[in-house]
Amino acid sequence: MTAVLPNRPAPERPTGGRLVDQFEYGLDAPICLTWELTYACNLACVHCLSSSGRRDPRELTTAEAEGVIDELQRMQVFYVNVGGGEPTVRPDFWHLLDYAIGHDVGVKFSTNGVKLDRARAAQLAATDYVDVQISLDGATAEVNDRVRGTGSFATATRALENLAEAGMKDFKVSVVVTRENVSQLDDFRALTDRYGAQLRITRFRPSGRGADVWDQLHPTQAQQRELYAWLLANGDRVLTGDSFFHLSAYGQALPGLNLCGAGRVVCLIDPVGDVYACPFAIHEQFLAGNVRGEGGFQRVWQHSDLFQELRSPQTGGACTRCAHFDACRGGCMAAKFFTGLPLDGPDPECVQGYGESALAARDADLVTPRSHLDHSHTGPVRGQPTLLGMPSLPPAKACDESPLAGLQLG
Amino acid sequence: MTSTAPAADVSDPAAFDPALPWRRARSVALRPEPFGALVYHFGNRKLSFLKSKTLVTVVETLADHPSADATLAACGVPEAQRPAYVRALADLARSQMIEVRA
Repeated sequence: MTAVLPNRPAPERPTGGRLVDQFEYGLDAPICLTWELTYACNLACVHCLSSSGRRDPRELTTAEAEGVIDELQRMQVFYVNVGGGEPTVRPDFWHLLDYAIGHDVGVKFSTNGVKLDRARAAQLAATDYVDVQISLDGATAEVNDRVRGTGSFATATRALENLAEAGMKDFKVSVVVTRENVSQLDDFRALTDRYGAQLRITRFRPSGRGADVWDQLHPTQAQQRELYAWLLANGDRVLTGDSFFHLSAYGQALPGLNLCGAGRVVCLIDPVGDVYACPFAIHEQFLAGNVRGEGGFQRVWQHSDLFQELRSPQTGGACTRCAHFDACRGGCMAAKFFTGLPLDGPDPECVQGYGESALAARDADLVTPRSHLDHSHTGPVRGQPTLLGMPSLPPAKACDESPLAGLQLG
Repeated sequence: MTSTAPAADVSDPAAFDPALPWRRARSVALRPEPFGALVYHFGNRKLSFLKSKTLVTVVETLADHPSADATLAACGVPEAQRPAYVRALADLARSQMIEVRA
């Protein structure tokens, strides 16, 4: 593993002090572990952080997934955030859900709702220690379906109806905030209230296919300012996964942990068992190991070179000289990486404007890093998103394009 | 992630009486960490942090003593630090991490 972060001395943990300072040195087990069970997905969202679509044939088997759960129980990882892909399309999803809960590992899972019919909703409502998040990226079908695909709003709201009807408590509507939906935050609140659900909003990152549409979809500076004001006014009633900590550099700190947790309190297990520093960092440079290796997940979490390296406070780089560094801690590692910015420099969405100048100062011929993985559907998908225009299929015969094709005149 | 980091709200102090017998709540798990410990409540899904090893020992041995006060004495918490520890325990009681023994 090559060094990813410059200027990092060997860490020595202080005693006492603020939790945020303690967290920079890492924990014996993650607090917030994301586990993507499959790369398979019925949708083809334009901004998918894991470029999901097709199942990976090397996916963990049921027995291997049970082994991971046993290990999480031993490490006292109290709950996992399960996602994908669409996790519920795995035939053993419901079995693994029960298995985890039976082994003291609570489950929060994210879904587009495709499998949440009335029967499943009733089953979930009767299960303790399970949390459901329905993904929705527009408060109206028009806004949502442009990025998630035609019919996806209807699927999600049907699932919400089923959960509400079954008496499920505390389920969430999970929104990735984009340029197109940031003006709908109050509408999202009204929508979630209607189902007795809770709103969760998170930051859009240029990860996976998100990199392809980032320029088009990430909130403008003016929108970030509005979002910040909205969070200050409504922050106690909305969940954020603490993902907007870069906005804290506007002044007042947002509630929660204002820190990049990658490899410190957060990590990702992907469908083939690879362990990355964070769900938004599926790239070889942030790959710490695989749960199939000797010593399993615990060894990767506690001893991998990469994670050791991430567990020391940043001491150099442009951001440490900024007056707001203590507020935003330099922002999101993945957002910098996939926009081709140095990891010890500003976040591309730095609210002080340093990100914009850093982006403008990139080499003209810079090729931004791409993940080595892409499970995107290769053919057309039903209800394909229209953000990027209608999908164009190559004409089967030349004359489908022009009645004069191939005609030789003269 | 949600947390019930201390200093959120100062509510009814009557909710925590250090003269009563307490224990770590039955649906709460405690995970040792270099700075202290994480405590997690499987029922209300709240996560809290115990920011010193002494506080961890206090929470773990509450059940062995006739009162929270007696636990603090047995764990060697200096008199001057007692109010801070009582506040920390009151926070934990409020988030149901510790409960009164019947």
